[in-house]
Amino acid sequence: MNKIVEKENFSEKVVKIVVEAPLIAKARKPGNFVIVRVGEKGERIPLTIAGADVKKGTITMIVQKMGVSSQKLCALEAGDYVTDLVGPLGKPTEIHNVGTVLCCGGGVGVAPLLPIVEGYKKAGNKVITVLAARNKDLLILEDEMRKHSDEVIIMTDDGSYGKKGLVTEGMEEVIQREKIDECITIGPAIMMKFCSLLTKKYEIPTMASLNSIMVDGTGMCGACRVTVDGKTKFTCVDGPEFDAHKIDFDEMMSRLGGYKSEEQDKMDHFQE
Amino acid sequence: MERSEEYIKNERKKEWRVELQKKTKAKDRMAIERVEMSEQDPNERIKSQRIEVNNGLTKEQAVKEAMRCMDCVNPTCMEGCPVSINIPKFIKNIERGEFGKAASVLKETSALPAVCGRVCPQEVQCEQKCFYVEKLNQPSVAIGHLERFAADWERESGEIAVPECAESNGVKVAVIGSGPSGLSFAGDMAKLGYDVTVFEALHEIGGVLKYGIPEFRLPNAVVDVEIDNLRQMGVKFVTNFIVGQTASLEDLKEEGYKAFYVGSGAGLPRFMNIPGENANGILSSNEYLTRVNLMGADSEESDTPVLRGKNVVVVGGGNTAMDSVRTAKRLGAENAMIVYRRSEEEMPARVEEVHHAKQEGVEFLTLTNPIEYIADENGRVKQVKVQKMELGEPDASGRRRPIPMEGSEYTIDATVVVVAVGVSPNPLIPNSVEGLEVSKWGTIEVVKDKMQSSIPEVFAGGDIVRGGATVILAMGDGRKAAANMDTYLKEKYLSQKVEQ
Repeated sequence: MNKIVEKENFSEKVVKIVVEAPLIAKARKPGNFVIVRVGEKGERIPLTIAGADVKKGTITMIVQKMGVSSQKLCALEAGDYVTDLVGPLGKPTEIHNVGTVLCCGGGVGVAPLLPIVEGYKKAGNKVITVLAARNKDLLILEDEMRKHSDEVIIMTDDGSYGKKGLVTEGMEEVIQREKIDECITIGPAIMMKFCSLLTKKYEIPTMASLNSIMVDGTGMCGACRVTVDGKTKFTCVDGPEFDAHKIDFDEMMSRLGGYKSEEQDKMDHFQE
Repeated sequence: MERSEEYIKNERKKEWRVELQKKTKAKDRMAIERVEMSEQDPNERIKSQRIEVNNGLTKEQAVKEAMRCMDCVNPTCMEGCPVSINIPKFIKNIERGEFGKAASVLKETSALPAVCGRVCPQEVQCEQKCFYVEKLNQPSVAIGHLERFAADWERESGEIAVPECAESNGVKVAVIGSGPSGLSFAGDMAKLGYDVTVFEALHEIGGVLKYGIPEFRLPNAVVDVEIDNLRQMGVKFVTNFIVGQTASLEDLKEEGYKAFYVGSGAGLPRFMNIPGENANGILSSNEYLTRVNLMGADSEESDTPVLRGKNVVVVGGGNTAMDSVRTAKRLGAENAMIVYRRSEEEMPARVEEVHHAKQEGVEFLTLTNPIEYIADENGRVKQVKVQKMELGEPDASGRRRPIPMEGSEYTIDATVVVVAVGVSPNPLIPNSVEGLEVSKWGTIEVVKDKMQSSIPEVFAGGDIVRGGATVILAMGDGRKAAANMDTYLKEKYLSQKVEQ
């Protein structure tokens, strides 16, 4: 049982939760994730870590309401407990001083990108961050990103904030302007696919962090299978980050829908 | 704790045993027919994942079956038991009606008697070495059924005896993984007076006993009672803790842990790497069984979804394949099929499981191997392309090698495919502990019979060493490791105390 010490509604669909987890706070590195379960009948769901406070012994998660489990988690308030929390899971991001790094986040993918941006900056890189959201209200963690980036470019679909356009448009502008040594992309699968196609064109090494379906998160179930360079990998123990240019994104997107109708049934049951 | 021959002989000479030996003539014992355990009606039991198939023995049945045991001077049955249960002693206690004492005998060397009584392959272990089999060519004493009877009787009586533990020696040891191997190790170490903490990655204690073996074979409540018994012996359990990730081995050393037992299991499912295998609807038996057994996905109340289908194909011929296909039946599959590349004779599954699966209407497509999966326009599997096989010369496993028959391909309709072709060792511990010697298969290398790894204070056993075996072999490793770790720790930390 882990106590929620703080909760903030970023938008109708997106919630920030700060949870007591002293060991995870201490052990986690950029790129790691956790598994959360809410209630005795609850599902185990993977969630990213947006930050940690070692002194307070807490980690921060940013959750988007999607299915039953994320809805249940988002319904909890400060003072409530999550039933189970385990982590940190996955391999951490390999952060080195490479020169200039382009960090691209979309939607709630911005959350796990934050520790990575911090890490790259700390390692001495020049960090240019492109954040994308459908509109101004859905944009998250802008201030935090500005604190750790040399430059932040904001893209919105409707032009309500920053520049109007897709994340790739912001990226291409930077790529054409200066030499980028490495790129990392985290967001919806379709966004990562197009980021990857763009950087492939410019031959910029790119990592993408995947949010596959998982049960245990420790290599046991294989639900998170993904094809990378023609070989099957497990997102939980081999990832979650992979060479974006080698990921079969189409398969990955299809697999994200592997339980779609079953999840819808659960949702209908939940709403009854 | 090991049973010397002398100890066993002396036990046999105890007054009550001698009395029993005299009471019934050998001829009369041999005239009794082996008991048949009653089962739930197949048509009824497939309605729920949680109806246990085997009913257990009645008191009368158990006492009568116990009478069959000849109380041999040289009990060869014990040689077949990886945890060295004093088999005649527990059986003779049943014969004289001392069921609680029978259970205590089991617990002298086994941390999980009610589990072993249900899932051990006794027919290739103790029962195979029984006098009846070896000398008379007759069915063995039903040791497994009797084991289950004694353990169940104790649990149901509500008078659960806690095994005696030595006075605490204050030495902290950590167990990584709460499956059968870790629990067996923990039980023995607690008896020896160690301060034992078991770390488990999942939210439930029990490892494969909870996530893997379905409740129709092993009810979770039975496992929980055995775990509770360990708790009462002073064993501590920590869930949601992944050693190597949540905290490192070094962190735990700083916390005062002097030695470690790794029983992290073979939790990495294998796939066949054939075209289309990553289509939706194709999943590992680990995923399928975990969703149902651990997460309760068979119930509408559970938040965890599970795939159901009219036609379900399960690939493989082991116990896990049987568990999966029988689970599919219980989830409503009209056609639940085993697809196995060898013939039924080579199937690694227990005969009992195959028999139960057939009773439940499972179809067996043997000498058949999947070669490709065909998905629909949404990426969901709709057909399995299979190939017929024939048996050639024996291979390294001693079983006849299956050879594909050219031109024999055909397709089977299926919207759910469960791949149960084995597991590999879980990589988390081998990857996170520096200096730990690991084989090319990813198993932890240990000194055989000692279970000690390349790092002296780290011992390991069960599937992380064996790469995929049985509950009881994992438990046997746990016992061996406990005995040897005890020697190691006594030499290192407790030598003065020992001299006193």
